[in-house]
Amino acid sequence: METLGNLADGFAVALTWQNMALALMGCFLGTIMGALPGLGPSNGVAILIPLAFTLGLGPTPSLILLTSVYYGAMYGGRISSILLNIPGDEPAMMTCLDGYPMAQQGRAGEALALSGVASFVGAFFATWGLVLLAPQLVKVALLFGPAEYFALFALAFATLGGISSTNQAKAAFAAALGLGLAMIGVDTQTGVPRFTFGEVHLYDGIDFLVAIVGLFALSEVFVFLEHRGTDRDISTKPHVEIGSIVPSWKLLGHCTPTMLRTTVLGFVAGVLPGAGASLGSFISYSMEKRLVDRKGLTFGKGDPRGVAAPEAGNNAAAGGALVPMLALGVPGSGTTAVLLAVLLSLNITPGPLLFTQNPDVVWGLIAALFIGNFMLLAMNIPMVGLFTRVLLVPPRILMPIVAMVSFVGIYGISGSSFDLMVMVGFGLMGWVLRKLDVPLVPVILGTLLGNEMEVNLRRAVNISDGDYTVLVSSWLTIGLWTIAVVGFLAPVLFGGLIRRRMRMARDEEGSLSD
Amino acid sequence: MSDRIFGGIGLALAILFAWQAATIQESFLSDIVGPKVFPWIIAAVMALASVYFLIKPDPAPDWPRAGRLAEIAVAAIVMLLYAQLLPELGFVIATALAAGYLTWRLGSRPVASAVIGIGTSLGIYVVFRLLLGLSLARGPLGF
Repeated sequence: METLGNLADGFAVALTWQNMALALMGCFLGTIMGALPGLGPSNGVAILIPLAFTLGLGPTPSLILLTSVYYGAMYGGRISSILLNIPGDEPAMMTCLDGYPMAQQGRAGEALALSGVASFVGAFFATWGLVLLAPQLVKVALLFGPAEYFALFALAFATLGGISSTNQAKAAFAAALGLGLAMIGVDTQTGVPRFTFGEVHLYDGIDFLVAIVGLFALSEVFVFLEHRGTDRDISTKPHVEIGSIVPSWKLLGHCTPTMLRTTVLGFVAGVLPGAGASLGSFISYSMEKRLVDRKGLTFGKGDPRGVAAPEAGNNAAAGGALVPMLALGVPGSGTTAVLLAVLLSLNITPGPLLFTQNPDVVWGLIAALFIGNFMLLAMNIPMVGLFTRVLLVPPRILMPIVAMVSFVGIYGISGSSFDLMVMVGFGLMGWVLRKLDVPLVPVILGTLLGNEMEVNLRRAVNISDGDYTVLVSSWLTIGLWTIAVVGFLAPVLFGGLIRRRMRMARDEEGSLSD
Repeated sequence: MSDRIFGGIGLALAILFAWQAATIQESFLSDIVGPKVFPWIIAAVMALASVYFLIKPDPAPDWPRAGRLAEIAVAAIVMLLYAQLLPELGFVIATALAAGYLTWRLGSRPVASAVIGIGTSLGIYVVFRLLLGLSLARGPLGF
């Protein structure tokens, strides 16, 4: 009951004109960003962070704006999956499999409407899941001391490469790279400069916003430059007629059990560290296929349930991924890592204390998510035609805008050319790492959490007078380390299988961008 | 092969990082753990991962041909120049030039590139400076 009271307070926070306007703007921008291939939720949110700052928004309004973008992008990703057979963002990959065949059969409107409803169901129930689960997790997290936190961070890195990474060593390398970058600057505890090479600009450390925008947004520009004029260039794709956009009740009824099942699956996948929305949609699609289409007769050929399943799954996972981010301060996916960056730059430490010290932020955000969901439903069914028009903007115009807005945002924060040059460096690094299949999310997470992780290590060992065994002294730490080790090794044993299947699903559909 | 080179670079990076950590000047007020231990742990993880790439490399990715690599390098140089020239030229001119270059390289025709470049620059200026009141770089002309 206490939770419901908190939620009511949250609605009181969220229901101001400013917050509603920000939620509406976020949902709208998010849907566009999701729909545009090349702009996904993580880089979409990344390029808007500086904007939220320079507008001087407080913590709650900033978070409302940016999480609305996040939810919106999850809705929007399906539009280009269905119409162009190109996922607008990675989680929408599975929606191509049945969405595009439906569009080819002249049922694009139906597919768009159905996937809109499925997105709503997934996101709506996942937000309820967040309401119910996060406070419980907070109770556990309140028992954590520095040693437990150190183990928890290790767990986050160990599982982040997760099942979808090709190579755990690459995920580990990426994490070490990110952590190493975080070490640059003056050591917070002793005041000595580290890894600065005498460069004064580096004394404050590398701003993680610079790293995020460079790695996500600028590297995308380089990827487009690399692929210009090849078959991965979307400007050559034919345009599909949309048709009626009213879903029949019969169709919705037919897909309801699918949506409910996959919502649960997606939510669980989202809560688990390292899984995130892409895996949520993948698991949802494959489980549903196994359940209702054993012989493989209809899935992949335009089965509406094959559209509903991944969309409910990825939106539910998006909600689920907010649980560990808010309750523990440890994000499980790329976009929630970016949202963590928002919190950190606003000087709010996420984790259990967030719920006790800034309840207005948490519950205001959750209430705004509920409201945003209804806005998104309204935007994505009757107004979907508007967003399909956005797809006509070719990358040759879009990508320079993305690059320039990134520069404007970072320059707006610091006003320093040096930061812009560092950002270009990160853009190039991001491009090379993506070529080598090194995941970027652990790099981001490393730069975000590096200092916090070191502080907890040093605090734990200092309290115990230099005894390093304190790190594995309690049952809680042993449990966390065990999960970390299992989480790191399990993909080595089983991950290849899932990864291969995801690859196969992709390859069958030909040229899909990540 | 790419992974082997990557592993070599990674190993060098890890050694450099560990060496740099060793040269950190510790202050007399240091805590028990000190500022060096965590960087060494990081260097160790990085070195282990790099050794793994050397031993068991993944198949090499499709690297673009030299022309395309040069394309990416030149785009990066243009962006670096943009960062340098932004305070000198002012936002509108610098952005028009950079956006125009990028759209040209992404496949716009020369005349269209000029128009798109100027349009992008003015569009961002109107939205971010005039509507949202962000401070953008001011050049000698005041915009």
